[in-house]
Amino acid sequence: MKKIEAFIRHEAFEPIRTELLDKGFPSLSILEAKGSGRQKGVVERYRGSTLTVNVRPKLKLEVVVEDKDKGLVVETILKHARTGEVGDGKIFVLPVEEAVRIRTGEGGETVLQAHEEPEIPA
Amino acid sequence: MRKKMGLAAILAIVAALAALVLPAVASAASLGEVAGSLEEKAIELNMTWVAVATALVFLMQAGFMFLEIGFSRQKNAGTGVAKILVNLAICTLAWWAVGYGIAEGGGNDFFGDSGFFFHFNQSVAGEAVNGETAMLMLYGLAFCAVSLAIVWGTTLERIKFGAYVIYAIVFGAVIYPLVAHAVWGGGLLGDIGGKPVMDFAGSSVVHLTGAVGALSALLLLGPRKGKYDAAGKPRVIPGHSMPLVGLGVIILWIGWFGFNGGSTFGTEGVLFGEVMLNTQLAAAAGVIGASLAVYMKSRSLDVGMAGNGAIAGLVAITAPSGFVEYWAAPIIGLFAGLIVVYAVLAIDKLLDDPVGALSAHGLAGIWGTLSVGIFASSRLVAEGAAPGVWYSIFGDEPFSATLGQLGVQGLAVLFTFVVVFAISIATFAIIRSTIGLRVSDEEEEAGLDISSHGMYGYPEQFIPQPEYSTGLPGTAGFGDGVPVAATPMTATETR
Repeated sequence: MKKIEAFIRHEAFEPIRTELLDKGFPSLSILEAKGSGRQKGVVERYRGSTLTVNVRPKLKLEVVVEDKDKGLVVETILKHARTGEVGDGKIFVLPVEEAVRIRTGEGGETVLQAHEEPEIPA
Repeated sequence: MRKKMGLAAILAIVAALAALVLPAVASAASLGEVAGSLEEKAIELNMTWVAVATALVFLMQAGFMFLEIGFSRQKNAGTGVAKILVNLAICTLAWWAVGYGIAEGGGNDFFGDSGFFFHFNQSVAGEAVNGETAMLMLYGLAFCAVSLAIVWGTTLERIKFGAYVIYAIVFGAVIYPLVAHAVWGGGLLGDIGGKPVMDFAGSSVVHLTGAVGALSALLLLGPRKGKYDAAGKPRVIPGHSMPLVGLGVIILWIGWFGFNGGSTFGTEGVLFGEVMLNTQLAAAAGVIGASLAVYMKSRSLDVGMAGNGAIAGLVAITAPSGFVEYWAAPIIGLFAGLIVVYAVLAIDKLLDDPVGALSAHGLAGIWGTLSVGIFASSRLVAEGAAPGVWYSIFGDEPFSATLGQLGVQGLAVLFTFVVVFAISIATFAIIRSTIGLRVSDEEEEAGLDISSHGMYGYPEQFIPQPEYSTGLPGTAGFGDGVPVAATPMTATETR
C-alpha cells in the first residue's frame, strides 16, 4: 500500500478528483495547507505599510492506494496540477503499513477504495 | 426668518377664516390661543426631528462596533460587542445621574449645577423639565456615548475589561460634560472676548475629546505584543475583516446625518438639509483624499484607509457643517482625508493605534474645528461670531475679527486637549495602579474573547465542531455502532 501526498494549487483539485473518481478511486482527503517552496510568499499592503506573508495557501491531497495503482494516481495528479509555473507543488509517495475500515473492522487493501461495494447514498 | 414669515402668513389666514366664519368670536384672545398652539406644534415638530436624529446617532454605536471588530484579529472579535454594550449602558446611567447636570445645568463658566438624577418637573438651569428637555437630554447622551466609543479605538486587543467600566463612569459623568458645558452649555468657551466658539456638532467637543481620551489610554497601555520588532520598527497586524470595517464605516456615515443634521435642534428653515448636504460632500471628499494619498504613498488602494478617509471627512465637517457654504465642505473633507493617511503612517512609528482613532478623530477633529475659522460663511455664522478668514482674503470682512475667530477656534482645541488629557491620564493612572490596565501576556496571546469573556467570538475557528449525535435511543450517533475487532489483514502484504 502506498500513500500519495500531493501539495497542489486549489484550482487543480476539482479536475483531479473528477478523473480519479472516473478511474475508480473515490476515496481521498484534502487539507488546507500553508507552505513555502521555490514560490516565495505574498507581499500584502495594509493601511499604507507592507506585510510579507512567507507562506502561501495550498491544498494537501491524500490518497492511499494499492501499490499497482500508484503510477495511475501520480500521473493523474501530474496531468492536472502542472501549469509549468513555479508553485505547482510536489508529490510524495509513502509506504503504508496497515489499513482498517472503522465501520466493519475489516483490514487490508480491500478497504482502500470504495469501488468494490455498491455506492452508499449520503 | 422663513419660518417666522410662514407663521405670520398662517396666522393671517387663520384670523381671516375665523373672522369670516365666526365674526363674534374672532377676538384677540382666540387669536392668541391659535398662535400659542402653533408655537407648541413647532416645538413638537422640532423634537420629532431630534428624535429621528437621536436614533441615528445611537446607530453609530453599531458603526464603531463593526469598525473596531473588523480592525481586530479573530480572537478579539467578541470582546468588541461586550465593550460597546457595557460602555453604552454605564455611560447612560452616568449621564442621567451626573453628566447632564454638569453639561447643561446652567451654573458657572466651568460646570452646571442642576439637573442631577434628571426627573420630571425638576428645575434645570431655571426651567422645569418636560418632554422637550428629556428629548434633548437623550440626544446629548447619544453624543456623549459616541465620544466614549472613540476612546477605545487605540486600546483594542490588550486592555482589561474593568478599565472600561471605571473610565466610562468618569467620562460620562465628568469629562465629556465639562467640555460640552464649556462650548454648548453656556460655559467658558461660549464667550471669549465676545466671540463664541463655533462647533456646530462637535469636531472638538465630541471627536477631539474622544481622541484625547484614546491618547491618554494608549500612553499608559503601550503597544500590542509583536507590534514593534526588536529594532523598534512597526509591524503590520492586519485586522481580520475588511467587510466588517466597511459596514462600520457606512453605518457611521449614515448615523452622521443625525449627528450633524440633528444639531439644528429643529426644522427651522430646513437648515438641516444644508447641514446634511455639507456632511455628505465632506465624507465623499474624505474618501477621495485618503485614497489618493495612500495610492501615492504605497501604490495600492487600501481598503481600511478609504474607510478612515470617510470618517476623517465626517469628523472634520462636524464643526463647520452648519456654518459653511457647500463649496467649502469638499475642501474640508479632502484635506481631512489627506491628513489621516500621513498621520496614521507617522503615528504608527511610535504608537500602536489599530483603527487610526488619533488621526481620524483627533487630527481631523482639530482641523475641522479650525476650518470653521477659515471657511465660516457670513450668511451662516453664529450670533456674535466672525466669519472665516477666507472672507477677509476674498471678501471685505475685517481681518482682525476673522483672525480673532480663528484664534477662538484654536482655544477650543487647546481647552479640550488640556482638560480631557489631564483628567483622563489621571484616571487611567489610577486604574493602572489599582486593578491594572492591561491583561497578562498569556491572556493577550490567547485573545480577549476567551480570556476576558470565557468564549470565542468565532468559536468554529478555534473549536472543532463535531456532527451532533441526536442522543435518542435507537439512532446512530457517536459510539453507537457495534464494536468490532479489527480482523487480520486479508490481503497479501506486497511491501
